[in-house]
Amino acid sequence: MASASWPEKGNRSLIGKRISRLDGPAKSTGRAQYAYDVNLPGMLWARVLPSPYARAEVKSIDASAAAAMPGVHATWVDEDLINDEVRYVGQIVAAVAAESEEIATDALAKIAVSYTPLDHQVDDNNPALARRPSDKEEGDLAKALDEADVVVEGNYSCPVITHCCLEPHGQVAEVRDGELFLWPSTQNVSRYADRLDDAVGIARSKMHVDCQYMGGGFGSKFGHDKWGIIGSIMAKETGRPVKLMLERDLELAIAGNRPSAHAKIKVGTKSDGTVTAFEGELWGTGGSGGYSMRAFPYVFNVPNLKTTIKGIRTNRGGQRAWRAPSHPQTCFLTMSALEDAAAALKMDQVEFYKKNLGLTDRPDVYAEQLDIATKLIGYDRKSHLRGDASPGPVKRGLGFGLHTWGGLGHGSECEVTINPDGSVSASIGTQDLGTGARTLIAIVAGETLGLPLEAIEARIGKNSYPASGASGGSTTTGGIATSTRLASTAALNELLAVVAPRLGGNADALEAKEGVIREINHPNNAIAWADACALLGTNAITKRGVNNRTEAKEQGFIDEGVGGVQIADVSVDTETGVVTLNKMVAVQDCGLILDMKTAESQVMGGLIMGITFALFEEALYDPTTGRMLNADMEFYRLAGISDVGDLKVHMMTGEKYEKRGVIGLGEPPVISPGAALSNAVANAIGVRVPELPLTPERVLAALA
Amino acid sequence: MKAFEYAAPSTIESAVSLLGDQWGETEILAGGTDLITSLKQGITAPDRVVSLKHLGLNDITVDEDKGTVTIGAMTPMGALASDNTIARHFPALAKAASNLGSPQMLSTGTVGGDLCQRPRCWYYRNGMGLLAQKDGKSLVEAGDNRYHAIFGNGGKAKFVSASSLGPALIALGATIATSSRRIPASEFFATPKSESERETVLKPNEIATAIEVPLSGLKNATYEVRHRRGLDWPYATASVAFQANGGKAQVVLGHVAPTPWVASQAAAVLNGAAVSSEIAAKCGAAASQGAAPLSKNGYKTKMVETAVKRAVLIAAGLQAEG
Repeated sequence: MASASWPEKGNRSLIGKRISRLDGPAKSTGRAQYAYDVNLPGMLWARVLPSPYARAEVKSIDASAAAAMPGVHATWVDEDLINDEVRYVGQIVAAVAAESEEIATDALAKIAVSYTPLDHQVDDNNPALARRPSDKEEGDLAKALDEADVVVEGNYSCPVITHCCLEPHGQVAEVRDGELFLWPSTQNVSRYADRLDDAVGIARSKMHVDCQYMGGGFGSKFGHDKWGIIGSIMAKETGRPVKLMLERDLELAIAGNRPSAHAKIKVGTKSDGTVTAFEGELWGTGGSGGYSMRAFPYVFNVPNLKTTIKGIRTNRGGQRAWRAPSHPQTCFLTMSALEDAAAALKMDQVEFYKKNLGLTDRPDVYAEQLDIATKLIGYDRKSHLRGDASPGPVKRGLGFGLHTWGGLGHGSECEVTINPDGSVSASIGTQDLGTGARTLIAIVAGETLGLPLEAIEARIGKNSYPASGASGGSTTTGGIATSTRLASTAALNELLAVVAPRLGGNADALEAKEGVIREINHPNNAIAWADACALLGTNAITKRGVNNRTEAKEQGFIDEGVGGVQIADVSVDTETGVVTLNKMVAVQDCGLILDMKTAESQVMGGLIMGITFALFEEALYDPTTGRMLNADMEFYRLAGISDVGDLKVHMMTGEKYEKRGVIGLGEPPVISPGAALSNAVANAIGVRVPELPLTPERVLAALA
Repeated sequence: MKAFEYAAPSTIESAVSLLGDQWGETEILAGGTDLITSLKQGITAPDRVVSLKHLGLNDITVDEDKGTVTIGAMTPMGALASDNTIARHFPALAKAASNLGSPQMLSTGTVGGDLCQRPRCWYYRNGMGLLAQKDGKSLVEAGDNRYHAIFGNGGKAKFVSASSLGPALIALGATIATSSRRIPASEFFATPKSESERETVLKPNEIATAIEVPLSGLKNATYEVRHRRGLDWPYATASVAFQANGGKAQVVLGHVAPTPWVASQAAAVLNGAAVSSEIAAKCGAAASQGAAPLSKNGYKTKMVETAVKRAVLIAAGLQAEG
């Protein structure tokens, strides 16, 4: 029997190679159909009416005038809001579906909503407004601070940012013969329809979800959301397909906020750089809902600590998971405070981190990564203590970020079919939110069956396929790789049993390699794949593989817990405050790498997203009206390709890492850039810019 | 969107006759980079839109006898940015145009549209009015004014002029020809005092047709402080022009006032002086005099000083273009 264990290094045909995404050409030529691209005959366009008030009591909502407009086919009103409150600008109060987007837009203006405005609160940086603190204490903080040789204290801050998915949230819905067909932009195909049945009145077994491509989720597209309910109800009511996608302004204001994190931090160290004490008070907002923040302090488990975390409820859209929830914020807060301590000690940054690696969960990994990263950035040549002493207004500096993440593969089921004509399909109810799921499934199935990538039809994106977890927390790759490997191996073993009589009778002595089934010890005794499959007669082989994460971890298919080191090399114009990123290095481990190219791409994408929040992103609110002022892509800035500098990615390989099995990679690379860029700017200009993003106005304020 | 009548006349006379004499009744469509979004967002809701696309007005011509370069108002910003004559004589103008950064804006946006576009103030663009007043108070003053004016902001208008070319045209002594008159660039921009006023002296039924820039041999340059390298609005811009001996100096700032802002006290530092790093720094320091920052935009004074200093050094050939 072929073993399901991952093949050894010398025995891999596809795994770990540099393989381009199977769907790259479809995406880059525009052939790939995203939810926004789904246009069906007779389709109606739905638009939603947002609350203009940050907080108000809703007295009545009258959509009758809108309903009477020619071209309008359905209206929807949130009855639950009547005599209740809207809690943020943009909260959906009503909706219309019409023949065209223009008619729907005009109809919204005819919906009469009676509001009584109430006082609102959008300020997220006033700790006095914070509630329900959660405290943590370890060791003896007072004693450690007392005995510290150096104590530094600082305030650090990162604002609410949005997910800013390039494809906004939404879906096309259609009801045919009592069954609901949905084309959503989602990162949760298998369970997208959960709880939609009650709201729409159609059984879940009659809901068909199809998402072949999606334009970004980053943690904000797990559920069907209110617009999923509205669109489905309207489709049922009208008997016509209904497209409901959010406009850019609502996408930014209501479809996902990453919570802010402001902190006052005190760090105590010994004169040799050893960190002994950490005191941190952290506050921020998760918008109108709760506030979730953890992993503080970050990576470094300081022995004597006291931390308090508390949330401020504001009249803003609610928080959603944002790529590595909590980590980018607490990484920035912690690593900034630690670097300030190193600067106070006049200590080299690398020496300082190495001195304290004992406080981390994986000192050896970080030590190895620090060595590689410093070499790649040219640390010996470029480094200096805090403050670039060279003449001229432009100062240059280097800064570090260290991060960690879990990434254990989620529950996943895969069905592999080997057909008598030799074709192979692997089907999983997963989705590709950018990690290359389709390609990775084909790699694992092809590797297992000894076939080229093109021989595998990887089917994803439908809830009719075997269920797989939501793509969140870097859990997808481990999950789908294992289920695909197990299903492929099971199918192969059945085929080997069929073929064995033709090749000496012993299935255990056979292998599938290079497009043939052959004897391991007599490779010339072989039968071509297609001929082998023809022996199946009329019966295809269909096998399922299940990733049970606990068992799979024990068996070495998957693991969790990675480390990463990033270094930013920045130039700061001290006369304009403009920060330019020259180069950034990311060194990352993720266990067994399935595709080196998509792994590196993943890290680059993470870097770009992280650089963007370090330099540009910030959701700005007007105190008087409670409105988001920059819910557009004009003043909600994202980095362009000319803003991100030279990116160098180094993936850790070798036995030590590969024997751990597959570990997810979506979150880790996005975590460190805030810390690395902030520390690099401090290293360049000699003072800390305490807030992200590192805008010119903040740099000038810090220098003033 | 409010339904409107659309007209695309082929002569300036008929275009003028199609325009109403009250602001808001009709709007002029040039490249559309501003107007189309404004219409879609309901910020502007005219009864009629008059397109200038059949009027030509898109040539750059040199008249050696008159000593002028004439730029048609419908000339795309990209054509201005890449024109050899403009680059040779008026680097301040070429740089101001090329700084737009976005290929789409460069190919679609027009020179006349740059001068007449409405402010990017986020209160205005979010439908809270050009002057952003609520209950008699300024939302800008009470709110987030990080990108607002530090000069000329004593009245209700706190926004900054969005024009990229205005400062350079004023510095170069340009004249703007309209369907009915000729207006010095220095008198073209105005600060509105009410919601029904606009940011230029143009009448509602008047069309800017061309810009004449004198070939006066002035050294000139534009320096812009910006965050993103791609499409982004500058924080502050300085356009300068002066004779080789420092005479006839003009220093004009952009994106710091409701109009391009002439910094005459900075020009006075330059006049007659041999340009040096020291003079450039003094000129920059003089440019920020009189600034009256709002609660969140004090940083702009430093940027003004830097932008002026660097523009002077670049114009004098003492520093490479940034």
